[in-house]
Amino acid sequence: MILPISKNAMLLAAVALVCVAILGFINQLTQPKIAEQKLANKLAILNDVLPQNSATESLLADCILVTSEQLLGRPTPQAIYRLRDGDKISAFVVETTAPDGYSGNIDLMVAVTPAGTVLGSRVLNHQETPGLGDKIERRRSAWIDSFQAKQVSPDNQAAWAVRKDGGQFDQFTGATITPRAVVTAVYNAGLLILQQPGLANRPANCGASQ
Amino acid sequence: MSDNANSIRELAVQGLWRNNPGLVQLLGLCPLLAVTGTITNALGLGMATLLVLLGSNVVVSLVRTVVPSEIRIPVFVLIIASFVTVVQLLMNAYTFGLYQSLGIFIPLIVTNCAIIGRAEAFASKNAVLPSAIDALMMGLGFMLVLVALGAMREILGQGTLFDGADLLLGDWAAVLRIELFALDTQFLLAMLPPGAFIGMGLLIALKNLIDARLQQRQTEAAGITRARVTGTAQ
Repeated sequence: MILPISKNAMLLAAVALVCVAILGFINQLTQPKIAEQKLANKLAILNDVLPQNSATESLLADCILVTSEQLLGRPTPQAIYRLRDGDKISAFVVETTAPDGYSGNIDLMVAVTPAGTVLGSRVLNHQETPGLGDKIERRRSAWIDSFQAKQVSPDNQAAWAVRKDGGQFDQFTGATITPRAVVTAVYNAGLLILQQPGLANRPANCGASQ
Repeated sequence: MSDNANSIRELAVQGLWRNNPGLVQLLGLCPLLAVTGTITNALGLGMATLLVLLGSNVVVSLVRTVVPSEIRIPVFVLIIASFVTVVQLLMNAYTFGLYQSLGIFIPLIVTNCAIIGRAEAFASKNAVLPSAIDALMMGLGFMLVLVALGAMREILGQGTLFDGADLLLGDWAAVLRIELFALDTQFLLAMLPPGAFIGMGLLIALKNLIDARLQQRQTEAAGITRARVTGTAQ
């Protein structure tokens, strides 16, 4: 009785080993290509929110991790990239999350100047209703561009709302919750930059997550 | 099994029509319903499933005499999981955009019962060549259902065909995109999961209708011969 069992066990182990070997090989083979694709994807998004294709790999390296559940919407750290023009910082690119979307989190990337002017924003990830809430995607509608050149300051919060709530941004027909969440998230990202001027001087510490 | 049952023709009829994994066996419904929002996604998942099915059927058939029947299921699962991971890595590396839009449904191919079903029911009992043909036909059958459903939902929902084909096939494929009609507001029902269920129901109904017609024609033919024997009118 012992013999067939141990024989089967050995055989299973051998099959597992072969599978692992093949997977390891394919993983080695595709890893550089996958890393390259991820990097290109990230740079493409950064270039979308920043003016004049200013995103380079050095921008990706100049990155700090910030945790602020109140303003960035997540209990975990999120990345802020710093675009430098000489010694001065010309823009912060903030990864932020609108926690109050219609169905779950909406992940955003927002570029803000140190003075609080929004340069651009993009939605990275969302589960909003197709056809209604997904107009926040740039490829479906230009709505997300309406934040461009808008100023964030602590005393204009009332204007950072959808028209239905007395603000300056359009809502969508049939979907108010989604744009409301995005507007608030973009405003909060700008507010974080204004409230924490020290962000410019912190040493870059995203290395592990890159 | 006789040679007859394994002829290419018979395997094709089984895989594409009579025993279609999507329409008749109703296997792999979770990805089938979830990714068929556009033709591109449907085609991408269909091809990935086809590749995994082909690989797993061939390997299972190759090792069928070596693997004792007590441990065949875990071995099949290992083989299938490995193929899925390989396909996943390759898609991540070479079709990044599509990989992102298909998301969790690539690793979920592992749980597509059609694959282990074919490994157990066919490949573990047949030689390599028939197994490969069976995988090809079953995979094609599954892919055709995915594409039909994807086309239906994309036309109704967005008024386009092949939206985002460049994600799957490279930049040149952007020209494949056809805008059939411009919609101010999308037809939500077709885009959302209920549309997938309704579309699937309609496809199954259509298949059953065609089958019923074929059978009716057959019995009619038979009926005429009998009528002559019993000597009724005509």
